[in-house]
Amino acid sequence: MSASSRPRMSGIGRVLVIVYAVMALAATGRSFVQIVERFDEAPLAYALSALAALVYILATLALVFAGSARWYVVAWVAIVFELVGVLVIGTLSLVLPALFAHPTVWSGFGYGYLFIPLVLPFLGLWWLITHRPGVRLERAAEVAA
Amino acid sequence: MILWFTLAQVVLAVVAGLFCVIAGLAGRRPSDVSVGSLALVELLLIVQIVAAVIAPFAGNPPSGSALEFWVYLVSAALLPVAAVAWALLERSRWSTVIMGVAALSVAVMVWRMQVIWTVQVA
Repeated sequence: MSASSRPRMSGIGRVLVIVYAVMALAATGRSFVQIVERFDEAPLAYALSALAALVYILATLALVFAGSARWYVVAWVAIVFELVGVLVIGTLSLVLPALFAHPTVWSGFGYGYLFIPLVLPFLGLWWLITHRPGVRLERAAEVAA
Repeated sequence: MILWFTLAQVVLAVVAGLFCVIAGLAGRRPSDVSVGSLALVELLLIVQIVAAVIAPFAGNPPSGSALEFWVYLVSAALLPVAAVAWALLERSRWSTVIMGVAALSVAVMVWRMQVIWTVQVA
């Protein structure tokens, strides 16, 4: 057991946060370019890109601070939003390709990002469920060892 | 961009990334070898930055969006630095995995940069 008593990110949770941070960086960078260069071509798709990027940033921060009850709720909201986003936009982009001729992070279930946007919410939710704030899990200590 | 240099860079980043992820999962803390492999990835990124500044003047301009290219290149160059800083602060096996994830992300981004520079589909 670690000597630290305050709840903090441990073990594989950190890797998850880093993957979220990289996705946030990628989505932010891309939507910045899209909006600066050609926002008028596809306002809907590009606004959605920007929104997705913001949610990734929020989810990253919320996971870092998920030890506190308030941030824990924020993390749930952000990650569920993301899951719904990737499923809805992913489906729409296949069913109604005309609506999403311009790429977003979530088009085609995130195939442009190696399907990471599809897998990530599930890992995030799993991590949240197994790491409730205030509940000290023995398994957490095991994983961190 | 220069194709062979891009390929060398992608191969190095993938090898470094896989090595770090596997070493980390096997329980290794960040070592000279894993941190060194990230330093090498960063070195090639810096060479790439210099090359990308010079290339347009040498008759090899990007055919795609220069802005998009630079956003990728600068982000990619920040990743190994951030991962190594993390590894120095926190010497656990997961830091080794994190360095691996950063290196693999660099590999994807460098390839994407090559596509932006050379191939235009839209």
